Amino acid sequence: MPDINLTVNGATRAGSPEARKTLADFLRDDLDLTGTHVGCEHGVCGACTVIVDGRAVRSCLMLAVQAAGSEVTTIEGLAPDGELGRLQQAMWDSHSFQCGFCTPGFVMQATAFLGDHPDAGEQEIREALSGNICRCTGYQSIIDGVLLAAERSRKE
Amino acid sequence: MKLPPVGYEAPKTADEAVDLLAEHGDEASVLAGGQSLIPLLALRLARPEVLIDINGIDELAGVSAADGWVTIGAMTREYVAEESATVAGAIPLLAAALPLIGHEAIRSRGTIGGSLAHADPAAELPAVARALNAEFVVRGPAGTRVIPADEWFEGYLTTSRQPDELLVEVRFPAAEAGTGVSLTEIARRHGDFAMVGLATSLVLSGGVISDARLAFAGVSDVPVRAAAAEDLLAGQLPSAELFDEAARRATEDLDPPADLHGSSDYRKKVAAAVVRRGLRAAADNAAGGSD
Repeated sequence: MPDINLTVNGATRAGSPEARKTLADFLRDDLDLTGTHVGCEHGVCGACTVIVDGRAVRSCLMLAVQAAGSEVTTIEGLAPDGELGRLQQAMWDSHSFQCGFCTPGFVMQATAFLGDHPDAGEQEIREALSGNICRCTGYQSIIDGVLLAAERSRKE
Repeated sequence: MKLPPVGYEAPKTADEAVDLLAEHGDEASVLAGGQSLIPLLALRLARPEVLIDINGIDELAGVSAADGWVTIGAMTREYVAEESATVAGAIPLLAAALPLIGHEAIRSRGTIGGSLAHADPAAELPAVARALNAEFVVRGPAGTRVIPADEWFEGYLTTSRQPDELLVEVRFPAAEAGTGVSLTEIARRHGDFAMVGLATSLVLSGGVISDARLAFAGVSDVPVRAAAAEDLLAGQLPSAELFDEAARRATEDLDPPADLHGSSDYRKKVAAAVVRRGLRAAADNAAGGSD
């Protein structure tokens, strides 16, 4: 089993995952970062989305060994001091989520997207989130939350 | 499901990868972006003994232009090509196709070479490669060879790449002046594989179509050129009547596969609609570009 070093939420982490272990399972099982959720395990649902080297990726479609040397941000990395970030607060205020299973994937995808497109409008946000599946909300409240975050960032 | 146990090699050069392929042959799968291969492993649809991970081979990634051709390294990620000014300027049909591949997070990892070597007949890039007569450069123990797009796609998820060969780059001819393109798809849900897709490239010279390229996705086990429609269109002035006739000729010999998203007959009707829409969009795009 290859030894790997990577940065997760700003901290250096090491591990010796089997080649077949996905980044999602490595984060959850080896690093105890269970905020990353595993839904379909074949790249359809988006629940396991994390940010690797600045890009949103599906951590179930990436091997842990492939993350060696990378900078990974998970949902745990968005509020390290226990205070909600702008996006999280806007989604809270918009009642964006219900059961919460898809939440980390949506939040990570939206974080990556707003980072690159702070002026995004509704259509662009819908497009950016189109690969994430939610069975509860009907999506409107999620879109509302991301739009509210974008609006607040423009006012600051 | 979790992936089954599998060996893993991570070569640092293309030559090392070729050596590993020669050693393992068809027991090996080349791992590029993994956006198709990892699901195939998870679902036990592919059972390679060893993965040869080419993500660490820097020489396989990059976009360059020379002598009327654009060369894209096999490991070039789809989002990199999507953001490339060279691709946007010289291969507008590819630029139109890239945003339609999967979703943003898929394009973060997915690669040009991976999609074309996977050769899903419903995917966008194989249709683009067929429409543009792209060239595939593979390297094996005996050296390098160049395979034209019409010989690359052999069947469902099957190409003419041999098990001991590595796809190293794909070359696309740069579009000539007056080119208009469209990538037209009809899918049940945004981001899904299209029921039928069409890559269209028209060249307008003085208002007349001087060159027409149409390649379908999703109508057969390989991407399919609509040769009869292309012959009809060449030398004609764009018109709704012409495009109706082109749609008829493009689809008369099609026998698309049926699945739960649509019967064969339905797909054929969808294909005709896609041809009309695609030609209109490409003609508008060409006319707009020459203003």
